[in-house]
Amino acid sequence: MRRFSAFNVVSLTLGFAFLYLPMIILVIYSFNASKLVTVWAGFSTKWYAELLQNEAFLDAAWVTIRVAVISSTIATVLGTMAAYVLVRAGRFHGRTLFSGMIYAPLVMPEVITGLSLLLLFIGIGLDRGIVTIILAHTTFSMCYVSVVVSSRLVSFDQSLEEAALDLGCTPFEAFRLVTLPIIAPAVISGWLLAFTLSLDDLVIASFTAGPSATTLPIKIFSAVRLGVSPEINALSTIMIGIVTVGVISASLVSKRASVRQRADEQAAVRAS
Amino acid sequence: MRRLTLIAIPYLWLLALFLVPFLIVLKISLSDTAIAIPPYTPTLDLSGGWAAVKDFLSQLDMENFVWLTEDDLYWKAYLSSVKIAAVATVLTLLAGFPIAYAMARAAPEWRPTLLMLVILPFWTSFLIRVYAWMGILSNEGLLNSLLMSLGLISEPLIILNTNAAVYIGIVYTYLPFMILPIYSALEKLDDSLLEAAEDLGCSRFSAFWLVTVPLSKQGIIAGCFLVFIPVVGEFVIPSLLGGSGTLMIGKVLFEEFFNNRDWPVASAVAVILLLILIIPIILFQRNEQKQREAEG
Repeated sequence: MRRFSAFNVVSLTLGFAFLYLPMIILVIYSFNASKLVTVWAGFSTKWYAELLQNEAFLDAAWVTIRVAVISSTIATVLGTMAAYVLVRAGRFHGRTLFSGMIYAPLVMPEVITGLSLLLLFIGIGLDRGIVTIILAHTTFSMCYVSVVVSSRLVSFDQSLEEAALDLGCTPFEAFRLVTLPIIAPAVISGWLLAFTLSLDDLVIASFTAGPSATTLPIKIFSAVRLGVSPEINALSTIMIGIVTVGVISASLVSKRASVRQRADEQAAVRAS
Repeated sequence: MRRLTLIAIPYLWLLALFLVPFLIVLKISLSDTAIAIPPYTPTLDLSGGWAAVKDFLSQLDMENFVWLTEDDLYWKAYLSSVKIAAVATVLTLLAGFPIAYAMARAAPEWRPTLLMLVILPFWTSFLIRVYAWMGILSNEGLLNSLLMSLGLISEPLIILNTNAAVYIGIVYTYLPFMILPIYSALEKLDDSLLEAAEDLGCSRFSAFWLVTVPLSKQGIIAGCFLVFIPVVGEFVIPSLLGGSGTLMIGKVLFEEFFNNRDWPVASAVAVILLLILIIPIILFQRNEQKQREAEG
């Protein structure tokens, strides 16, 4: 018997109010006509119109999106390879170092990662700009991807792959035709994770960005340091909206995929 | 051959962009500050052969580390970062445990939705979530206008730009990291154990204390590390919500690097920060390993 006491109701209500109220307030005040963020002066969408005319923000947004798409794609390829190596390649020289390098960036303070990459780029004479941000983001997000993908690879039945090899597939074909479809949900969520991490990153981008390329978080941070502004509220609202729609649709898609997979598996069991 | 390529590509990438940069930090932390670009000496020139390496090694010294121990600012910043992180971790645990507990007790068909509601803020920009509090906590902010219109206070409370705001910001942004591991530990908890404890004469409270808490221990430990480790090096929260009195090492490092342009000292700060965090990081990984073994 489960007890769901009043205490539990109260802690859930308070907990979710704490998590969501600040963001709801932020969204509401983005529609405020007044420049003062604390005085409500009627509904208006003028901050959105102003935002769309702010070239600096638009440029930064475009840089950020390009960095996020490119870095998360490379990170997904590298991270999937790394996961495969960790789970399947068996023993090899330097395996401990390899897994250490996969797990360490996950907990490494961002200031250290950023500082060390900047010193590397300066050391090899690479001009800071969009390329250096992409390299930096790829490096830390590939580790997240490989953790997500390797947890899926561990629980995956290796005999399927062996069967494909026995039936004459090359190892690459076996990977493409058998392994990849099965680990696809993890690869996709790894990509999404890498994409959001890149969109979100301020500290590492501050170190690795140059005067030629600024990302949106850097722009937001320097604007926000001067205080609250309704334009930033409008920008935040757009970003919150995109994330909410993205996360909810991704979870619906994965739910449907898992239902279908279960149905397929049951059909296969019945057929055999 | 193919296996070797598969291993080599991610391996070389991480060596070049994770390990080598870190060795550079270590090297520069042992170099002298110079007014130049890059602002430090010496640089290693491998074309000089072994003699150059030896010469390079002889020029390294611990000067920057000695400097860190002599200047109050740095060790105070380390100490205060660890203290703020520890207090914030306890606060996050106190806020997160009841939520995780209630989630694990909710009807099974509700749980995926509740889980999603906890994860959703995590996908939203960290910067935006911290920014959201600036409008609430400022002197003319919503919290103060609400309290004043209710007549609870006559003067606005000064919260923004104090450590209190930093704590609120940390608890707010790191709460999902605390809730998720505790929830996943509590979810596996077998209800019959609690019933058995009560049948054997435990009160509800002591059953909670003697059964629920020990069985969720690993989740609690994981959650605490997931909050504590990154918070020690936190930069965004102290610079947006904290004041001039908020001393945190992530902020000091950032300023040392960008404002003072003292790269050797910034690198030494980074090396010591890592040394402080290495023990919690190892403990965290050991805890994770234990959990994996218990499950597997």
